[in-house]
Amino acid sequence: MMNRRNFNKLLGAGLVTAAAPKIVTPALAEDVLKVGFVYFGPVGDFGWTYQHDVGRMDIVKKFGDKVKTTYVENVPESADAERVIANLAAKGHKLIFTTSFGYMDPTIKAAKRFPKTYFEHCAGYKLASNVSVYEARFYEGRYVQGVIAGMMSKTGVAGYIASIPIPEVIMGMNAFLLGMRSVNPAAKLKFIMVNTWYDPGKEGDAAKALIDQGCDIVTQHTDSTAPLQVYAQRGIKGFGEATDMLKFAPGAQLTASVNNWGPYYVKRVQDVLDGTWKSANTWGGLASGMLEMAPYHNMPDNVIAAAKATEEGIKSGKIVIFKGPLKDQKGIAKSTEGVVLDDGSISSMDWLVEGVVGDLPK
Amino acid sequence: MDFHYTSFLLSVVVASTPLLLAAAGELVAERAGVLNLGVEGMMLVSAVIAFAVAVTTGSSTLGILAGVSAGVLTSLIFAVLTLSFLSNQVATGLALTIFGTGLSALIGKAYVGMVVKRLPQIHVPGLSDIPFFGPVFFGQDVLVYLSFALVCAIYWFLFKTHAGLVLRAVGDSHDAAHAIGFPVIKIRYLAVMFGGGMAGLAGAYMAIAYNTSWSEGMTAGRGWIALALVVFATWRPFWLVVGAYLFGSIMYLSLYIQGFGVHIPSQFISALPYASTVVVLVAISRDRKRIRLNAPASLGKTFHAAG
Repeated sequence: MMNRRNFNKLLGAGLVTAAAPKIVTPALAEDVLKVGFVYFGPVGDFGWTYQHDVGRMDIVKKFGDKVKTTYVENVPESADAERVIANLAAKGHKLIFTTSFGYMDPTIKAAKRFPKTYFEHCAGYKLASNVSVYEARFYEGRYVQGVIAGMMSKTGVAGYIASIPIPEVIMGMNAFLLGMRSVNPAAKLKFIMVNTWYDPGKEGDAAKALIDQGCDIVTQHTDSTAPLQVYAQRGIKGFGEATDMLKFAPGAQLTASVNNWGPYYVKRVQDVLDGTWKSANTWGGLASGMLEMAPYHNMPDNVIAAAKATEEGIKSGKIVIFKGPLKDQKGIAKSTEGVVLDDGSISSMDWLVEGVVGDLPK
Repeated sequence: MDFHYTSFLLSVVVASTPLLLAAAGELVAERAGVLNLGVEGMMLVSAVIAFAVAVTTGSSTLGILAGVSAGVLTSLIFAVLTLSFLSNQVATGLALTIFGTGLSALIGKAYVGMVVKRLPQIHVPGLSDIPFFGPVFFGQDVLVYLSFALVCAIYWFLFKTHAGLVLRAVGDSHDAAHAIGFPVIKIRYLAVMFGGGMAGLAGAYMAIAYNTSWSEGMTAGRGWIALALVVFATWRPFWLVVGAYLFGSIMYLSLYIQGFGVHIPSQFISALPYASTVVVLVAISRDRKRIRLNAPASLGKTFHAAG
């Protein structure tokens, strides 16, 4: 297992291997598949990275001694990432999961250097013969959250703590408000862009600011549990992110969109073991189980029923979230009556739907 | 647009208090001539220790005490290296911050994801219920009041007592102070440890009042802002209050104005507290008279007792 201290050793070792002629490491046991994970945050963030690690442990549970997993946490989305990824590959990891959007180019570069290693990059869009991408349709969970918020909010104004202005975040905000407006057509969404994925102090402050401005339901697209704790302190309701955070705010969490990577990870490891691994682009939602809603709490029964019905509707395809007519903030039509946005338009979304207060940074 | 003054001000107070605590401690250390750039590291170590103790014992008081002790102990590392082994203060301070960041992450590993009860806000019957003023002035937690009391105490100590005069003398000219017979090293040890204790309070505040959980690097540069505040205040305690609340407001406001849909790029707003630190420092540094009148002349210089 890898923590910071070992990570430094790994870097040190990497420098040595770079300087000295290639040291051939004695092959452990030929039949053990080494699987590497590169994490953006600490495993203990109880959000994004934690949930990837749950997926890693699913691999351990399923394959036991047949695989050996390694993870490196707190890897910045910079040139360091490529070094870490390449190092894992050099150390004989046949399959490497890189679990943050910013690892996209580093992954592609490392993949060129190690053509016999398989790479799995989360949340990106660049593929190669030995690089797959995978991502969950988080926006489906946002829509369910929006329906709940629409029914529960007294002010009709919800708050959204956004991380950075990329399509993945924007589609979540849009889906949230569309869900909210499906039950309350006058609903509004305020947002604060905190420009970070993980900064508990700042996330908490953003939560306070939104509440101070009249939002009585707030959700966040950041990784820590701090916003949820602020909701609880201020006596409002909100949602957990990436993982079930109920124990941090038993009286405030309505539900959470839970990223469930385990089944996908297990399948990809199996593919490598079977020799059937192929580069693929996977975008799984509620229907595939890659995304799950945490148990519903702190809401009346009729809201639970509506949330469950929405969840089922999305799974069965009866509810299509980005279906026209859709208008942006200026009222310009983005899709006409009945026209459904394709995956390409969703994954490159750079506009906010009507009713969102505030501009995206240009 | 509705604006909730009371809760806005409450949030500002909470954002400003850790800055004020840490800066007040650093001010005393710098007045004694020691520049300790390790504030961020000391805050982080204290935060994790305070949190760990508060979680284990269930007592915020013990948590705060543990945080202060951790701050003092961490500052002792710095003191031993710079004062006894005469290492460079700037380099050692930077090393302390890097060390503290790593050490706190290591200790904190086991405590990630736990939640502690927030430091209780004091409720004064009658007074706390006055609209607007009540909650802001009479509904804060004990560390907020303590931060003001400590600033007053520091002012009184530095400028109204003999011991304070000696401390300032050591900071202004350690050679002269040494020649008169004052124990320069001992005084500096005490000043650095006081600074560590205050950074410890600030760290404890971050972990059990500002947040109620531990997370790596949770101080997010506040130790550095505290350092800048000391210069901003030109080493005068009461100006620290102004600076701390100004920066606390900017930190909070930078998020707050986004919710109003103001047409400013959010990246710019996020950079505002740090950018304004730079601007203010440049503006103050231009006033050379003010700096020269108040800055400890021996600040950051290594003291060789041989002289």
